[in-house]
Amino acid sequence: MASFWSYWIIILTTVTIVGISWILFANRKREQQPADKTTGHEYDGIEELDNPLPAWWFYMFVITIVWGVGYLIVYPGMGNFAGAIGWTQVGQYDKEVAAAEQKYRDMRDRYLALPIEEIAADPAVRKMGMRMFANNCAQCHGADAKGRYGFPNLTDEDWIYGGEPATIKATLENGRQAAMPAWGSIIGDKGVADVTQYVLSINGRDANESQATAGQTVFQTYCVACHGPEGLGNHALGAPNLTNGVWLYGGSEEQISQTIRAGRNGVMPAFKDTLSEDKIHIIAAYVYGLSKQ
Amino acid sequence: MSELNSALEHPIYNYKVVRQFTVMTVVWGIVGMLVGVLIAAQLAWPALNFDLPWLSFGRLRPLHTNAVIFAFGGSALFASSYYVVQRTCQTRLISDKLAAVTFWGWQLVILSAAITLPLGLTSGKEYAELEWPIDILITVVWVLYAIVFFGTIAKRKAQHIYVANWFFGAFIIAVAVLHIINSLVIPVTASKSYSVYAGTVDAMVQWWYGHNAVGFFLTAGFLGMMYYFVPKQAERPVYSYRLSIVHFWALVAVYIWAGPHHLHYTALPDWAQSLGMVMSLILLAPSWGGMINGMMTLSGAWHKLRTDPILRFLVVSLSFYGMSTFEGPMMSIKTVNSLSHYTDWTIGHVHSGALGWVAMISIGAMYHLIPILFGRERMYSTSLINAHFWMSTIGTVLYITSMWVNGILQGLMWRAYNQDGTLTYSFVESVAASYPGYVVRVFGGAIFFSGMLLMAYNLYMTSRKDIEPQAAPAVASAA
Repeated sequence: MASFWSYWIIILTTVTIVGISWILFANRKREQQPADKTTGHEYDGIEELDNPLPAWWFYMFVITIVWGVGYLIVYPGMGNFAGAIGWTQVGQYDKEVAAAEQKYRDMRDRYLALPIEEIAADPAVRKMGMRMFANNCAQCHGADAKGRYGFPNLTDEDWIYGGEPATIKATLENGRQAAMPAWGSIIGDKGVADVTQYVLSINGRDANESQATAGQTVFQTYCVACHGPEGLGNHALGAPNLTNGVWLYGGSEEQISQTIRAGRNGVMPAFKDTLSEDKIHIIAAYVYGLSKQ
Repeated sequence: MSELNSALEHPIYNYKVVRQFTVMTVVWGIVGMLVGVLIAAQLAWPALNFDLPWLSFGRLRPLHTNAVIFAFGGSALFASSYYVVQRTCQTRLISDKLAAVTFWGWQLVILSAAITLPLGLTSGKEYAELEWPIDILITVVWVLYAIVFFGTIAKRKAQHIYVANWFFGAFIIAVAVLHIINSLVIPVTASKSYSVYAGTVDAMVQWWYGHNAVGFFLTAGFLGMMYYFVPKQAERPVYSYRLSIVHFWALVAVYIWAGPHHLHYTALPDWAQSLGMVMSLILLAPSWGGMINGMMTLSGAWHKLRTDPILRFLVVSLSFYGMSTFEGPMMSIKTVNSLSHYTDWTIGHVHSGALGWVAMISIGAMYHLIPILFGRERMYSTSLINAHFWMSTIGTVLYITSMWVNGILQGLMWRAYNQDGTLTYSFVESVAASYPGYVVRVFGGAIFFSGMLLMAYNLYMTSRKDIEPQAAPAVASAA
């Protein structure tokens, strides 16, 4: 802060504190007046007595002022003056975090050194992971990790990007950007309808046969690159398997055709800047363990 | 209405504008508190949002705050300040026309708020949500209010200016300054604008405004009300003129600094946080000065509390005032604030001031005013006032205790951690644990709201020329 503004603050603060102290002391009157002595003013029948300031109130006021001045000497407040003990809120935060790190780091580092598969069964790790999950992941994936519309279920065996420990950890660290392109303008309404029937057919459900056949041709041209020739998906690309019963955006005919026509965009945030690696390691172990139960 | 007005016209004073604002105080009190009860119920039972955007909590919450602070509280302040300034200056308002413009202008502001806020039009600043065209209207009305008020003081027949008018005057000036500075925006369209301030400065200006809306609108203004109606109703002289002087000047000088305590442990620089906290603590004594002066005014008149429920309203409001002005400085201490901030404790604190102090002193003052304004000897029913008093008190107590419990519960749950360093509770667990408190709050609020319905009925019956007031129950209300 420029020194002008620093002085500005110091002067305003001083004037205020000195001013209220002056008005407090200037109106202090020790001698007791007759109980019924008024100021002589009268307003609409209301008179004012001339009682002195109550002593307890006077001293309470003085104590708060003295305390306030003391606080402004010890702590920052008077413009650029940093305070006698050099306290800052950032410093307080760093200190508390450092103390916590010192206390918990060793334990978490021990887990970090162990493979995820191994610690996934450790009850202490599962408990820790569950709590971290509840505060960082449950907002989208649910407290039971079963997901919801648009957010994958983490407790089943179906993985969009793969369920190996290293992949789960990578998903947590770097996040994921999922993009199903919108095909409506490219393959047209008929194309969307046909591909929908084809997807239903490879999903083992009732489908219009002639449309499904037509849809297969379109699928093999446009969809095959990500979802594969059999529609089994591709973990590397985050393309879901279309042949099982797991649907991120709903599996009804209407929802499937909406997904094909308008596309879908999903985001898993990256946590590497929010959580340290040892914590991500523990959450990854917890999530990995969920699907192994 | 014009017939009624001319029949009730006072030979010297303009009672018409006071009467209009008094009636609207009751009307807006009912509206604002009803919305409050609804949104309290939405927090307990979210289905009550009905999946309709204009009934959703986010849009109705500012409608509630605007309606109770500016519509209910504002009308009460207009009514009482116009009445008090005339009576204590022994002169009529300088202009009946301007006074009428402030009445209709203020109602127009409220109506605009009631339309735009549910539509989702908001500047996003708490307690200053109204968009720029309405802000300009507020400014115009407020300047006219200042002209009427100070103009009337200028032509007073009494030599001195009564202490109630110091507080009303400080309230009018400070609110003008606060409103104009915080509402400075760059308009984009008629319903959209952006603040001229950015980032932390915007937050600081907002809470400088926000806390002084409490300090000057909800404290100084209502202290003005207190300084007239308490001695008047108790028929006793004010306890100490010196105390008035000291606590008035200290209050206005120190309150203006207290805003930063809303931004503890944020991006606000350390020095600003410290000053906000220090001044908030020093504010304790100046705040209590008003309570002492009000309470001690009752010396020699305490027995009147047994028979006069209006005086009870006034005195209990002072108790809640003393309690919340003690709680406020405590909550501004950083260590306490780190527990209480962002929890329901804050909501409880606000309502011990808003229900216990602001609403109850206003209700008491209005019960004093209504018979005078309608040319009656007393209110239609004293026992209904007494019932209203108990409903208000019980409603307030239920409200604030449930929020204390919730606030401390939330604060403790959020900071609890396990031996392995992880947080013990997820956020949603603290929400689930708050449910009983939310239900109690709905009941407390509903009881307080129902009391306002009794008041409306009592007002209506008092206003009717063909109905005589019920016989005053002889010490029956000594319960």
